[in-house]
Amino acid sequence: MITSLLEIDRLCVRHDSRDILRSLSLDVARGEIVALMGPSGVGKTTALRAIAALQPFDAGAIRIDGFALAPGPVPPETRLGPLRRRVGFVFQSHALFEHLTARDNITLALRHVLGKPRAEADAIAQALLESLDVGARAEAKPGQLSGGEAQRVAIARALAPDPALLLMDEPTAALDPARRNALATTLRALCDQGRSLLVATHDAEFAAQADRVVTLA
Amino acid sequence: MIIRAVPSQVCRLALCLCTSLLAQDRTARVLVWGGDAEGGAPYVEADPANPARVRGFDVEVAERIARGLGDRSARFVQVQWSDIDLSVERGDFALGLSGVEDTPARRAQHAVTIPYFEFREVLAVRPADAGRIHSLADLRGRRVATLGSTIAYTILLAARDSTGLIPISYDDDVHPYADLVQGRIDAVLLDHIIAQRALRRRGGVGFVIVPQPVAVGHYVGVLARADSALRDSVNAVLREAMRDGNLEQIFRRWNVWDDSQGALFDRVLRASTAAAAGAPLPTGAAQAVAYLPSLARAAVVTLLVSVFSMALAVIVGLALASGRLYGSVWLRWLTTLYVEVIRGTPLLLQLFVIYYGLAGVVRLPAFLAAVLALGLNYAAYEAEIYRGALEAVPRVQLEAARTLGFTEMQILGLIRGPQALRYALAPMTNDFVALLKDSALVSVITVVELTKQTAIYATNVGSWIVPGLLCAAVYLAMSLPLARLARRLERRWRVA
Repeated sequence: MITSLLEIDRLCVRHDSRDILRSLSLDVARGEIVALMGPSGVGKTTALRAIAALQPFDAGAIRIDGFALAPGPVPPETRLGPLRRRVGFVFQSHALFEHLTARDNITLALRHVLGKPRAEADAIAQALLESLDVGARAEAKPGQLSGGEAQRVAIARALAPDPALLLMDEPTAALDPARRNALATTLRALCDQGRSLLVATHDAEFAAQADRVVTLA
Repeated sequence: MIIRAVPSQVCRLALCLCTSLLAQDRTARVLVWGGDAEGGAPYVEADPANPARVRGFDVEVAERIARGLGDRSARFVQVQWSDIDLSVERGDFALGLSGVEDTPARRAQHAVTIPYFEFREVLAVRPADAGRIHSLADLRGRRVATLGSTIAYTILLAARDSTGLIPISYDDDVHPYADLVQGRIDAVLLDHIIAQRALRRRGGVGFVIVPQPVAVGHYVGVLARADSALRDSVNAVLREAMRDGNLEQIFRRWNVWDDSQGALFDRVLRASTAAAAGAPLPTGAAQAVAYLPSLARAAVVTLLVSVFSMALAVIVGLALASGRLYGSVWLRWLTTLYVEVIRGTPLLLQLFVIYYGLAGVVRLPAFLAAVLALGLNYAAYEAEIYRGALEAVPRVQLEAARTLGFTEMQILGLIRGPQALRYALAPMTNDFVALLKDSALVSVITVVELTKQTAIYATNVGSWIVPGLLCAAVYLAMSLPLARLARRLERRWRVA
């Protein structure tokens, strides 16, 4: 029997009495890559944000590795610790911390949230950056990175705390076809280590490399 | 100046229409004279029966001079006491009379009349100190107040070096006595008329006047340097008034007559006008050099007040901005109220409230009151800068930080704050430069900073050119390196 890491049951999100998401049900198994597809405005990003407890939802249920989110306001951060440890998020705009180098973007949470010593955090960051082929850009600030480099630094930052589930919003938006295929290979390697991925995309070619495609309409 | 009304066609028409209302002679001559009614009785004060008019012994002296010159009336022009010399030279009025002191600098710069009143510089002390303090020599290490830009202030500055007392300058002659009674200062040195008036107003209690005067001075009229012919005519009228007893009657009416006035009149009437010339003045360069140490001291005061105030403004501003962004509804409401009230009321008013208004509750030293007032005022502006800067950090970065498990405090300290600081740096530098200059306001609560010291210097030398240039140079020397430092920091922090 396949155990689901993420279970979404009839998720509804409304905004100004308009349905953004209507009864989305979705499971993601451990080690599985699921692509969430659909045209712009269909609610892909909203679904990811609800799973990451960045926005409230109105009905349904979300369960991540045993941690349940209920409809209503987003719980305070003090109660979201278990969720934060399990879920990583890569934003479409990368959302790197502009004042820090690529390395410090990755080590900041390792040191201040997970309490790792600086040397250990630096080693983890360097290994992640190299595995994503941006090891040489460790000292660069976000403003000095290309779109593709920033994308990979953002993935490295989300992976650093070793989350079981990685949520990615339009990861190929800034990538050329060659980089897109390389990213697909990288993501596959991540999942081979038992990590699950839920990727919101409208890139059909990229989605084709996922284990499963869920289309929102 | 003597204004001769030369009626134009329009005036003639108006006069024809209003002859019954305008009873005055069209060829009337008016002596326009300037004084400061804020100085109050017995010099010049607004008439309680008709506040549009002034009264006082200087008013009557002016009227006597006007009559003696063949004029029919004297017209009063209000001018701040410390600006009488500059105003008379500008031509705002012909004669300045308002307890104007006879000094060598004034004689060198302007046309000055013969002295018409002799005053004594007297010390006022608290009754408990009356047995110990008899002269300036007894005031080593004590705070002695007086009015800025006066002979008394010059005496105190000289005594600072010889006796080690601490001169404190005020902008008015009421608060020194109030502060003496409250214990903020240890003595006041001012003209005996002012000291006696202050004592009467307090019902004869609170302080005592030391009988032995510290110095003797004279009141004179001051005219523009080019008006020496008019000055000679005024002198003739004053001598006549001394001879015919008019001046004595005026002074007796205002209860300021004493034997020393009679002796002064005798001396003046015996002496020739030429003998009135004072000692030669030092040259402009020598005066500038003599004032440099005072200006340097005042510049340090300006810098210290500004630095401490800015530090307070940054700390309180950060707290206010955090309250507005992260606080409960009540805290947000309170911090918004603070910002709006402080920004919506004058800094000068806040200075007075903190220094004088709170004196009944807590008697703050002047320097601390200055730092508090400036710091708390600028905190309101800093708070708005920080709020704007914090809100300028992209929201998605804060969400990314949340997904990584940072607490709100960590997000503020590690991610939002450091980036906001970069956005805030330029407006903060701007504010600090503005604060350097606004610190000049604290002179109203006796802190002698750069601008005040410059004004004293300018009054003493009778010109703003050299003191003004020196003062501007010192302000620039303080603000330009700061702007340069800010630009360097901005460059270093800039995200490529």
